[in-house]
Amino acid sequence: MIRIQARTEPSSLMKLASPLIAILCTLIFGCILFSALDKNPFQALHVLLIAPLSDIYNVGEMLVKMGPLLLCAVGLSLCYRANMWNIGAEGQLLAGALGGSVVALTFIDSESVLVLPCTLVAGIVSGMLWSAVPTYLKLRFNSNLILTTIMFNYIGLYLLIWAVNGPLRDPDGYGFPESALFSDATILPTLVEGSRIHLGILLAIIAAFIGWFILAKTHLGFQIRVFGADEPAAKYAGFNSKKLSWFVMLFSGALAGLAGVSEVTGPIGQLVPNISPGYGYSAIIVAYLGRLHPLGAIVAAVFLAVLYMGGDLAQIEMGIPIAVVGMFQGVLLFFLLACDFFIRNRLIFNKPITH
Amino acid sequence: MDADLIVQILFAAIKTGTPLLLIALGEVICEKSGILNLGQEGMMLMGAVVGFIAAFSTGNAGFGVLAAMLMGSFMSLIFAVLVLQLGANQVATGLALTIFGTGLSAFIGSEFVGNTVQGFQPIAIPLLATIPYLGDILFKHDILVYLSFGLPITIAFVANRTRIGLILKAVGENPHAANAIGIKVLKVRYLAILFGGAMTGLAGSYMSLVYTPMWAENMTAGRGWIALALVVFASWRVGRIMLGAYLFGFASIMHLVLQGLGVDISSNLLAMMPYVATVIVMVVISADQFKEKLLAPRSLGKPFDPRDMA
Repeated sequence: MIRIQARTEPSSLMKLASPLIAILCTLIFGCILFSALDKNPFQALHVLLIAPLSDIYNVGEMLVKMGPLLLCAVGLSLCYRANMWNIGAEGQLLAGALGGSVVALTFIDSESVLVLPCTLVAGIVSGMLWSAVPTYLKLRFNSNLILTTIMFNYIGLYLLIWAVNGPLRDPDGYGFPESALFSDATILPTLVEGSRIHLGILLAIIAAFIGWFILAKTHLGFQIRVFGADEPAAKYAGFNSKKLSWFVMLFSGALAGLAGVSEVTGPIGQLVPNISPGYGYSAIIVAYLGRLHPLGAIVAAVFLAVLYMGGDLAQIEMGIPIAVVGMFQGVLLFFLLACDFFIRNRLIFNKPITH
Repeated sequence: MDADLIVQILFAAIKTGTPLLLIALGEVICEKSGILNLGQEGMMLMGAVVGFIAAFSTGNAGFGVLAAMLMGSFMSLIFAVLVLQLGANQVATGLALTIFGTGLSAFIGSEFVGNTVQGFQPIAIPLLATIPYLGDILFKHDILVYLSFGLPITIAFVANRTRIGLILKAVGENPHAANAIGIKVLKVRYLAILFGGAMTGLAGSYMSLVYTPMWAENMTAGRGWIALALVVFASWRVGRIMLGAYLFGFASIMHLVLQGLGVDISSNLLAMMPYVATVIVMVVISADQFKEKLLAPRSLGKPFDPRDMA
């Protein structure tokens, strides 16, 4: 007979195995779904997961999608560890793109080497600002962080749409809601000849290592970990919860802002209304899949970037709607949360004790 | 501003507030049992798309509503199993539900974009509709709005005056004590979550069958989230949810009102108003920490494992 028994200690093996089992379950779910839709499931999975890694161009495009996912997820990992439910990475990313674009377009005629750093800093500061307001409202007025950050996503989106339709619209753009193309001085350098792999991706990986260093090696990181594991204990130890909250939220906003400004100064090259296909929301899944560990987020971000890339290819090659990507992400998180049950519990196969 | 315009605005505020009211009524019952379901947006979208497809294929809007409520319940069942049976984090599971519902609804609805259905037609109630002003505001709606007038009264009665309401309150305030006196805590929470899902599904079908009436990707535009804020605004009291829903409804159409009055502000900036209004309301309402702690269900968001009692 099979019984479920609570573990005395959380299983560290299951903690690592759980994402892999969840991915496997999601793939099985995908096979069933595609069969039901009369699509060859193995062809579909090949297009979704293998084709994005098949040649150097596709790998490059995959990395372009990985960058923003990773930047947002590193920040969110720290937030969630400190019990700050920041759902606002999407809005912070858009704010970063908008703020950076303002600087890039103001100095569009300049050829100074300082323009690019200024643009990036403007993006980072805008992202921080966009996370600072909900943080302030939570700490000062006790308002619900989840709901305010979500609302700021919508506000940021409309602000961006307003800007590309109004003050930042290209005067020579025939009325399209787009800014002028940025000058070469404000475009992030590409790292590999002939691809779109840009400096922002390298910055994302560096950010992941910085996040790991803070979390694992500093006193601040120690406080964050204690705070997440046992809030009353952290308060008893005298940790300043306000300071920690401010730090994780601003750090997360800065990285999301960098993600946004890297998109407009990198692969896109101008400000457009649809900068992000929901990177800020997908980053929540990346953070969980990476076990709220900044280095784990690298692996998880690659997986989700492959899925994004595969979604594009599946739409072109097999006529599968792109929305399948969002659905798979949700299913993946469901399976992950279900598998995490076995971190705290285990199945026992045995006969009932008779004597 | 003349009287006719005010009547029109109030009429539209009720129409816009109705989906918020339906979701918040379901969610307040769910939260009273101690469960925070953040998946409203996803469940609402699934309700909207399934309701639309059912009504489109059968030609009967009633079937659409029924299908939407079943879909909402089914979505909330996924949430319930993860949260109640497997002890998953309620915030993360709710977010997963929203991401899943947003993706799945866009996926299955992609073939139906651009179609329209014959939704519910407005019914003027005899006599009442002839009352000057009031009749035009309240009694020329469709059947779902009339239903939403009756629901808060019923739900308030059940929650505050009956044994069922008492059990619900016991489970939400102190699940361990409730368990000790023989209440099946998880069963109560399952039912509360399923009720919330059905109500959100209903709200989704209202969007796609009455409000627009059509299906478009992401058509709910954050209403599920605004409804969650509405529950906080109402301090978990059913009567105040009704008032709040129409206030939020009014905030959502304010940009149309201002445009109608000829105010020269970009429509994209005005489109932010419902979200800005929600933030402001959250700040004003929650500023009094003591009051919020007093009114929120005490076990809200905390898991309950019956094995801990053994």
